[in-house]
Amino acid sequence: MLQFLVRRLIVALLVAATVMTLAFILTRLSGDLAVSIAGPNATQEDIELVRKAYGLDRPLTSQFFDWVGRAVTGDLGESYFFKARVSSLIAERMPITITLGLTGLVIALLVSLPLGILAAVRENTTLDRVVQMVALLGQAMPSFWLGLILMITFGLQLGWLPISGTGSWQHYVMPGIVLAFSAIPALTRLTRAGMIQAMGSDYIRTARAKGLSRASILLKHALRNAAIPVVAIAAVQLGFMLGGSIVIEQVFALHGVGFLAWESIGKNDFPVVQAVVLVLAVIYVALTMLADLMNAVLDPRLR
Amino acid sequence: MSVVSVTTGPRRGWKSVSTWIGAVIVGIAMICALFAPLLAPHDPFAQDLGKRLLVPFWMEGTDPAHLLGTDQLGRDYLSRLIYGCRISMLIGVTVTIVSAVIGIAIGVLGGFLGGRVDDAVLFAITTRLSIPVVLVALAVVGLLGSSMHLLVITLGLLLWDRFAVVARSTTMQVRNLDFVAAAWCAGCSRFRILSREVLPNIASHLVVVATLEIALAILLEAALSFLGLGVPPPLPSWGLMIAEAKDYMFFSPWVIVIPGIALFVLVLGINLLGDGLRDAFGTHRTDT
Repeated sequence: MLQFLVRRLIVALLVAATVMTLAFILTRLSGDLAVSIAGPNATQEDIELVRKAYGLDRPLTSQFFDWVGRAVTGDLGESYFFKARVSSLIAERMPITITLGLTGLVIALLVSLPLGILAAVRENTTLDRVVQMVALLGQAMPSFWLGLILMITFGLQLGWLPISGTGSWQHYVMPGIVLAFSAIPALTRLTRAGMIQAMGSDYIRTARAKGLSRASILLKHALRNAAIPVVAIAAVQLGFMLGGSIVIEQVFALHGVGFLAWESIGKNDFPVVQAVVLVLAVIYVALTMLADLMNAVLDPRLR
Repeated sequence: MSVVSVTTGPRRGWKSVSTWIGAVIVGIAMICALFAPLLAPHDPFAQDLGKRLLVPFWMEGTDPAHLLGTDQLGRDYLSRLIYGCRISMLIGVTVTIVSAVIGIAIGVLGGFLGGRVDDAVLFAITTRLSIPVVLVALAVVGLLGSSMHLLVITLGLLLWDRFAVVARSTTMQVRNLDFVAAAWCAGCSRFRILSREVLPNIASHLVVVATLEIALAILLEAALSFLGLGVPPPLPSWGLMIAEAKDYMFFSPWVIVIPGIALFVLVLGINLLGDGLRDAFGTHRTDT
C-alpha cells in the first residue's frame, strides 16, 4: 500500500512539474511580453521600463527557475493588472468555483445514480432506452447555451431564480444544473454498466438464494460494488468541472477562478493566467490521486 | 472503462432508427457545409440596418424573404446558419484529423512497444488530462489573436487523449493475437506489422472515437467563439452568433434559440451516428 502511494505521489509531482513548464511556455508564446503589457500606444522607452520592472529582461531560464522556485513555496507572483498577490487573488475567488463545482457534482450524482440504477434494473426495456437517450441528449447540450435558455425561462419569464451574481444559494442553482449536465452522461452510463455487471455476479445470486428482499439486494449488495468506479470517476469529473466552469462563470457572472482567468487573458495578465492553469492542474492531479486511493482502499485487488 | 452488455432483439430495431436519424442529420450538415454558397438565400455578411431583428417564419409579422429572420445587423439568419454549419463541420473534422494523428501515433507506439515507451505514453496522457482544455485554448487564442488556423491547431494539440487511450489499449489486445505472431514468424518488419496487421484491426474503434471527437470539437469551438476567443467575427460561427445575439435574447429569444438548436442537433446527430457505428462494429464502449 505504501509503495503504491509513493509511486502515485511521484507521478503526481512529475505531472505538476510538466504542467508548470507548459504553463510557462504558454504565456511566452506571444513573443515579447513587455510589448503586450505596455499596450499598443507605448513608446520604446515605456516598453523598456516595463521590461525592467517585471524582470522580463533576464534570460528565460532564470525567469523560469525564479517562477518555479517561488511557486513551490506558494508564492505565485504579482498580478500586473490587479496589483495584488496572485495567490491571494486565487484564494479569494476559489470558494465560488469550489461551491459551483460541488453543487454541480451533487446535482449530477442525484440525477445519474437513480437513472443508472433504473436503467440497469430494467435493462433492454423502453425505460433503459429512454435513460440512454437522456445521456446522449445531455452530451450534445452546449452548456453556455443551456445557461442562457435557463436564464430566459427561470430568471426572466418565471422569475424564480436570480440571473447572475453570487449573493445567495439561489444564485448557484442554475449554474450548478448547467455544470452538472457535463458530468451526467458519463456518470449515468458508468452506474448502469456497473450495476448490470454487479447484478450478474455470483454474490447477487447467493443473496437472492438467501431470500433477501429486492431492495436490499439492489442497494446493499449491487450498488456498493457498482459505486466503486462511480465514486472514483466522480472525483475526476469534479476536476474536469472546475476546469470547465470558466464558461459557466462567465455566462452567470460568477466571479470565481474561471472568471478571473478569463479577465486576465483579456488584460494580458500573464502571472495570473499561468498560475490558474497550474492550480487547476494540481487540483485535478490531487483529485485523481484521491480517486485511485479510494479505488485501492475499496477494492484490494487494485493495489 | 466499462463493458456494455450485448444488444438483443428489440433494442436493435430502435438502434437502427436512431443511427439513421444520426446519419440523416450528419448528411444534411455535410450538404450544408459543402454547398453553403448554393444553398444560402442571401449573402451571410450583407448587413441591412433597415431590416434588423426580423422575426422567423413561425411568428407574426415575418418577412418571407428571410425564413429565419435577421440578426441585430439585419443579416439573413438562415444564410448565417448555413455558413455556420460549414465552419462547425470544418473545425470539427480538421481538429479531429490533427488530434487523431497525434493520439494514434502515441497510443499505438505505447501499446505496441510497451516498457519504458509505454510508461512515457501513459505519463503524457496523464499530463494532458490534468490540463484544463478550455482555459488553455482561451489563453493561446487570447495571446496569439483569434484565427481559424490557430484554433484548429490548438484544439488538435489538446484533444488527442481519447485517441491515445483507445489506440493504446486496443493495440495491446491485438499485439498478442495469433496473426501478429504469425507475421513476426514470417519475418515482417515492425513497420509492416504496425501498418498492415495492427492498424486495420483497431481502425473501427478509432472511427468511433473520431465521431465523439468531432462532436466535442464542435462544442468547444462554439464555447470559445461564444467567449469571444474562437472564430473571429464577422464569420458566422454558431457560438459567435449566440454571443452577438445575447444582448437581445430577453426580448427576442429566438435569436439564441435558433443557432443553439442547430448546434445541439448537429452534435446529437454525430453522437447518434457514432453510437450506431459502435454497435455495428461490435466494439465496446471504451470511454466513459
